[in-house]
Amino acid sequence: MGQFIVRRTFYAIATLFILSLTIFLVVRLTGDPVTLLAEPGAQEEDLAVVRNDWGLDRPLPVQYAAFVKNILTGELGHSFNYEMPVSTLYFQRLPNSLELALAATLISFLIGIPTGIISAVRVNSVWDHVGKTIALLGLSIPGFWLGLVMILIFSVWLGWLPTSGQGGWRNLIMPAVALGWYFAASLLRLTRSSMLEVLRSEYIKLARLKGLPAFAVIAVHAFKNALIPVLTLAGINLVIMLNAAVIIEVIFAWPGIGRLLYEGIFQRDFPLVQGIVMEAGVMIVVINLLVDVLYAYIDPRIRLTR
Amino acid sequence: MSITLRSAYPVISRLRVGRDLPVLPLAILVPFVLIATFANVIAPYDPTEPIPGAKLFEPPFWSTGGSTHALLGTDYQARDVLSRIIFGARVSLIVGVMGTIVAGSIGTLLGMLSGYLGGWVDQLIMRITDAWLALPAIVFAIFLATMVGPNMWNIIIILGCVYWTRYARVIRGEVLSLREREFVKLAEIAGASSTRVILRHILPNVMNSTMVLASLTIGVVIIAEASLSFLGVGVPPPQPAWGSMLADGRSMLMVGDWWLTIFPGLGILLVVLATQLFGDWLRIRLDPQQRNL
Repeated sequence: MGQFIVRRTFYAIATLFILSLTIFLVVRLTGDPVTLLAEPGAQEEDLAVVRNDWGLDRPLPVQYAAFVKNILTGELGHSFNYEMPVSTLYFQRLPNSLELALAATLISFLIGIPTGIISAVRVNSVWDHVGKTIALLGLSIPGFWLGLVMILIFSVWLGWLPTSGQGGWRNLIMPAVALGWYFAASLLRLTRSSMLEVLRSEYIKLARLKGLPAFAVIAVHAFKNALIPVLTLAGINLVIMLNAAVIIEVIFAWPGIGRLLYEGIFQRDFPLVQGIVMEAGVMIVVINLLVDVLYAYIDPRIRLTR
Repeated sequence: MSITLRSAYPVISRLRVGRDLPVLPLAILVPFVLIATFANVIAPYDPTEPIPGAKLFEPPFWSTGGSTHALLGTDYQARDVLSRIIFGARVSLIVGVMGTIVAGSIGTLLGMLSGYLGGWVDQLIMRITDAWLALPAIVFAIFLATMVGPNMWNIIIILGCVYWTRYARVIRGEVLSLREREFVKLAEIAGASSTRVILRHILPNVMNSTMVLASLTIGVVIIAEASLSFLGVGVPPPQPAWGSMLADGRSMLMVGDWWLTIFPGLGILLVVLATQLFGDWLRIRLDPQQRNL
């Protein structure tokens, strides 16, 4: 187990190293970041001042060392526009993003899990086809378009829900559905296949042979075990929703991390953009590491095979 | 039940249309490909210029605010929505197909190298794959598009560079078992170089997986392009793209100009739905083990 944790941690560090190098090089090699920072049409002297301010005139390895130092101290660089460390801004917005992501997770559970279970229990029935259709539409309907259509129907035409901003649960419904929609489809597919696998196993046959009622077999014996991969996926999805809800947050003017990224893009605040992207990467790598270790702890087979 | 039927009437089962030809996906995709290809001929107006002398037309064309001159209405710049959707189809399909080809080529090549060569090459490629997967694809794409600057060909390369990871993972796994097979061992004994083994013996055997993954990637890439264009870091205006049409429509949503939001979105929905269905069909065709799932 100890060896497993050490190896996994080493992989995680290697991943973060490559990620930081990629982000660093993309910013520097795809064009002059100074032109992103400075006003359009700035004079060469102004550009030189900006370049000096941001240390962009130093050799690349020195700049990279400074970049890594910024990550390690947890500051992630300084926002150009807000004149604050990026991490401060990030953690200011995190609770808002968390609120939205949790609501979206709830929506994806409500749609995905019951439909997935019914599809698996009644394979090839009408219900299974309903489930397959929902799964297909979940992947085909872009969440942000769903959001726009909901605004049109429920805000503009019916006047039931506010179009944007943060407030009570009424503000939360539409963005949560728009964001959770896609994830509901993936949860549905996984719940279905996980349930199918469990239902075929020996102990389910035994439970049925014992004469347990069908509901008890499905709800108590099968569902509990089928839930493990589903919850793992939901956990990873939650972290992705926290960081990747850019368009949904823009459409609904939700003051979360995605919107911060969007603001960063339009204010040409490249330290902010770079810092948010890195922070998202760090969070996801750490969560994945924890999930891996937790799984290995629960299931010894994983320790040996990977 | 189905097995006995199939063996008893092989000819009939071979002629089943849904099995040999994916009817629904093709019924959606073929018209879109045709209008995208012949957009110049089909589109009634120039998609970037206002209709001369026109005002805001509201569909349907038989209603009071509508006009037979603009079947799907016009936008706030008096441009014909139908023409813009027709030209937008071209952008979506080109980016979807080309982005998928770029992603599939990068991923398949790296996956084969990783699986066949093993050792430090494998370690390096897999760690890069992990690092790429650590970022949500859309965040990575937005980041790259912001830094590189938007135009259609940049978007294609960016999306290719974002979505190759799944191919690399899957193909590597397949190559790990393929390289233990006898025909590969025999080719090595016969003195074939690594390049030759990879290109002549491994590549043809992983192409099925690449094709299936590709059919499932196209839809994802189309939605990603629409997302980037919506945020203003995709295909730049005035070139019509479905994503930027939705962004234009958003500002008119509050006054109830529904057609600017509904029609471009339906375009995305139909094309992505068709590619997904096509992918499901292809997967079942190419992988007999999945037929009964």
